[in-house]
Amino acid sequence: MNTILKLMPKGACTETADIADRKSGRKMISIEGLAKCYPKRGGAPVTIFEDIWLFIERGEFVCILGHSGCGKTTVLNILAGLSEASEGTVIADDSEISGPSLDRAVIFQGHALLPWMTVLGNVAYAVSARNPRWSRAKVREHAASFIAKVGLSYALDKRPSELSGGMKQRVGIARALSIEPKMLLMDEPFSALDALTRGTLQDEVRKICVETEQTVLMITHDVDEAIYLADRIVLMTNGPNARVAEIVRNTMPRERARNELHHLPGYYDIRNHLMDFLVSRSGSFDVEAATQAGWSAKRPPVVEIGSGV
Amino acid sequence: MKQTSRIQSSLLSCTIVVLVLMVWTAFTTQSGGGVASGADPAYAALMNEDAGGAGIPSPLDVGRALVQQLSDPFYDAGPNDKGIGLQLAYSLARVLLGFALAMIVGVPLGFVIGMSPLLSGALNPIIQILKPVSPLAWMPLALYTIKDSGQSAIFVIFICSIWPMLVNTTFGVANVRSEWLNVGRTLEVPPLKRALTIILPAAAPTIVTGMRISIGIAWLVIVAAEMLVGGTGIGYFIWNEWNNLSIVNIIVAILVIGVIGMILDQMLAGISRLITFQE
Ligand SMILES: Nc1ncnc2c1ncn2[C@@H]1O[C@H](COP(=O)(O)OP(=O)(O)OP(=O)(O)O)[C@@H](O)[C@H]1O
Ligand SMILES: [Mg+2]
Repeated sequence: MNTILKLMPKGACTETADIADRKSGRKMISIEGLAKCYPKRGGAPVTIFEDIWLFIERGEFVCILGHSGCGKTTVLNILAGLSEASEGTVIADDSEISGPSLDRAVIFQGHALLPWMTVLGNVAYAVSARNPRWSRAKVREHAASFIAKVGLSYALDKRPSELSGGMKQRVGIARALSIEPKMLLMDEPFSALDALTRGTLQDEVRKICVETEQTVLMITHDVDEAIYLADRIVLMTNGPNARVAEIVRNTMPRERARNELHHLPGYYDIRNHLMDFLVSRSGSFDVEAATQAGWSAKRPPVVEIGSGV
Repeated sequence: MKQTSRIQSSLLSCTIVVLVLMVWTAFTTQSGGGVASGADPAYAALMNEDAGGAGIPSPLDVGRALVQQLSDPFYDAGPNDKGIGLQLAYSLARVLLGFALAMIVGVPLGFVIGMSPLLSGALNPIIQILKPVSPLAWMPLALYTIKDSGQSAIFVIFICSIWPMLVNTTFGVANVRSEWLNVGRTLEVPPLKRALTIILPAAAPTIVTGMRISIGIAWLVIVAAEMLVGGTGIGYFIWNEWNNLSIVNIIVAILVIGVIGMILDQMLAGISRLITFQE
């Protein structure tokens, strides 16, 4: 008996409303008509994804969920300014993204620590990039305080090769947080970890992000992780020509604990909905049929499942 | 485990050396005693003061000559009679100078080529053509243009040691993991600082490997170069002792060249251990 409530786009919505929204300062990121093509050897270029529209509000935690190869990393890299879109623009804080910025910190799919530096060195490198004028002692102190936040104070002088996978990812998180970015971009940060470590790290990240009201875009293909962390979950169809099929608004209460999440009413409704999407609908999504039924790339349907509130 | 295997291998290598020395001694002294005493003393003196056999000195003779050479390595008694230490110093100075010049040119150039696909495409064919040329082939050209034998030898060392450094630096810089570069880019580190703090340390092990190959080649080539240009240096020392028919001194020189070469290599191996990182 699950009540599925679809908030279909209102036909009257105009672009001026979008711009007004953006001007009001609630919008952190506005992805507008993004597409990426790669040239294919001896053939027409492949479009990995196209016509992606997505808005992220300040303080929001958004997860992108989709199958391997649908272009999640590519979207994130465009947001990070590391690669260029073939079409469309991304507007961050009222200005178009034209390259990497210290305002948007990236936690990479591999940990991407510099192996010749210690834990402290890796974080301090980021801190001094952000604050070039700080004294050595101040950089060190600031870096150490962020390493303490992820519970690695005892490993300051260790090198990445001496750390476990979970510890490396923690250092990556400390490095990203230490530059105090306006936005955090995370690319499957926990996918290479065992379940136990993943759980504790999810707790830590959620705690830090809630405390600091951090705006986050995170990529995952773990349904439970998305439900635990996200305010909104963006569902992408399979590539090539991937689209945003719909956006699921997470109705779990804001105060939630990972261990009790699956006892909450409505949890399994959301989980089943997401699983159904990944198992069948992500592959069979048909743009034309969906458009006939009222789907639009600019305003993908926002879905609320159950009444968990 | 590791300790015992190291002791075992050094024991074995000592045994091999002792065996070779014994065979060498047996070969050089056995026929020597009888024949040498019956032969014309002047002829024996011409061949070698007190060595027997077919003029091949025994290990004992070599040892004696080695001690004698090393007890006064830096004497200078005219152009054709200098101590082995002095000659080695000339060679080492040339090698180090040529090597340093090659490093100053090769490493930064390799860095730029490695970072720029355009330059890499443009210069690679030229490098591929010049690299396989024997460094000694440059010698006449160097002598003709520089007109100084010592500087020509340095130029030859420069030419032979630049290629491994250039090629390795290019390769190391071009193959820095893109995620490390992305770390620098997302932190908005300016390009020059990025080159020094990310690309250089990441490529350093490959660069030092190139330097290690270079110094080895330079030490090989200097002997041949000095044999050609003459004057000073360990290569000239060997050539001179050959003219003196002093086989024993030539063997001494071979041993000393080997030891110095090993020391040079181990020095760079030490640097390499310092800057190599574990992923
Ligand atoms: N440089 C490139 N040239 C050509 N094709 C590329 C390139 N980079 C990525 N692709 C293609 O783009 C598609 C999306 O890649 P991407 O890494 O964004 O996937 P993803 O959704 O992050 O997958 P995963 O979940 O496995 O990380 C893939 O099909 C990949 O083959
Ligand atoms: Mg990916």
